[in-house]
Amino acid sequence: MIQPSLRPTQGDFAAALLDAERAVPSGLCAWNGSDPAARFAVYRNNVVVSLTQALADGFPVVQQLVGDEFFAAMARVYACAHPPRSPILAEYGDGFGDWIADFEPAASLPYLPDMARLERARVHAFHAADATPLTADALTRHLAAPQQLAQARLVLHPSLAVLRSAWAVASLWAAHQSDDAASIGAVRLEHAESALVVREGDDVIVLPVPLPAASFIQTLAAGCPLGAAVATASVLGGADPFDLAGSLALLIRHGALIGWFSPGDDA
Amino acid sequence: MNINAPRAGIGLKAAHVTAVLTQGAAVDFFEVHAENYMVAGGPHLRHLEQVRARWPLSIHGVGLSIGADGALDAQHLDRLAALVQRFEPHWVSEHLAWSSHGRHCFNDLLPLPYDAVTLHRVCDHIDQVQHRLRRRLLLENPSTYIEFTASTMSEAQFLVEVRRRTGCALLLDINNAYVSGVNHARDPWLLIEALPAEAIGEIHLAGFAEDRDAAGDRLLIDHHGSAVDGAVWALYRRTVERLGPRPTLIERDNDVPALAVLTAEASLALELQRAAAATQRAAA
Repeated sequence: MIQPSLRPTQGDFAAALLDAERAVPSGLCAWNGSDPAARFAVYRNNVVVSLTQALADGFPVVQQLVGDEFFAAMARVYACAHPPRSPILAEYGDGFGDWIADFEPAASLPYLPDMARLERARVHAFHAADATPLTADALTRHLAAPQQLAQARLVLHPSLAVLRSAWAVASLWAAHQSDDAASIGAVRLEHAESALVVREGDDVIVLPVPLPAASFIQTLAAGCPLGAAVATASVLGGADPFDLAGSLALLIRHGALIGWFSPGDDA
Repeated sequence: MNINAPRAGIGLKAAHVTAVLTQGAAVDFFEVHAENYMVAGGPHLRHLEQVRARWPLSIHGVGLSIGADGALDAQHLDRLAALVQRFEPHWVSEHLAWSSHGRHCFNDLLPLPYDAVTLHRVCDHIDQVQHRLRRRLLLENPSTYIEFTASTMSEAQFLVEVRRRTGCALLLDINNAYVSGVNHARDPWLLIEALPAEAIGEIHLAGFAEDRDAAGDRLLIDHHGSAVDGAVWALYRRTVERLGPRPTLIERDNDVPALAVLTAEASLALELQRAAAATQRAAA
């Protein structure tokens, strides 16, 4: 009697793709009778290389900070433990920063997780929905009713994100945009920084902002009215007083203000 | 109007898009990977709209996992349908392969045993896709590195049967046919010859890399990272002599060269189609 051919399940195949220690699924063959493991290795390699390349594309400064070889090894461990959950590669890497924070071999670079989070925010910003900034006319109209300002709710650009870090990640990111070793060396890493990330035209910009301004923008982004955002930011001020006019000007200058609802508006 | 007029296109690459939009490009169409444009907004989508306004478009999916043993990802199919509705491409294609399992996506095109179980499942999935998109899908033959002892039919028999049952068209990737031919010691022409000429709606050409298997025999890797090989050009010439002209794409996804290098390859594909058309006319 002829034995039925072994038919590996896609579950077997998938598990062996991500775990090089695991035996190659049965039921595979080659025309010349050679060991199918060497051929299966092509698939293993394709998967790991394409995913580590996707991570390298999304985290170029993290890669520069640790070097290509370390990055490839780190990305390989991450990719095998946390393969993408979506076929859209732009969505891959949201958990990379948190994962790096627990990745022992990278512990000597404590700012690395925040750099990964910053680079992730940049990718999100690049692909975020389009929106039209408020015109100068519209702004003038809203500012002409000062009694309503405290209750106004401001809508920020969908690409906008604020990252607060105990490290100078925004300055470090900026220094890595050129190959200038002196400017990278000059970054005072232990200086806590907050970064504003927003897409302006086709470019995603990263700006270091004072902590009270970061808090102000985050409070607005959470949907709180202007008055509450000012109050929150002012409490945080301390030695670095909150600059309302400067913070609003920053949002306006970079096209980050896209809506403004005053009480009584049909929002 | 001859629907099979000679046409050659290239993949739209981020590195080239500004040059394409400002200086133009001597190609008849552009192809993009569907998944790269499944985003909310930003420059990629805007650039694609600008390209679409001037050239026909081919949307090539790489993530639908038509060969998956589980259900199709309905959310992903909805995203593809939205993209197709927005950009109205001339061609929509996917692969005879699987690329996801459970909640995991592998970003690679994985092989299938060619048997009744796979056939039934692939046909179900293609029916579902064509129903949702309300149009004909082109299904691409894969490059493979291993075979399954469970297979009961050849790749050609499998593709012909899928085509017969679903009415889908075929995207003939001649590099894949050559790579799989070498990797499994088969004559690639037997695959090409077995496919019904009227089913082939598009052709892909690409480059491969060389490796060796455990016995030291040639193992070709479909890497889309080099120029189209001479052996693949020879197979292409023979194919268009048999089929007549077909929209032909130069695929390059890694080590992307200057735009002019890709358009030169596209021009060669166009010339070979014209020569084949002239021969067909002379023979008629």
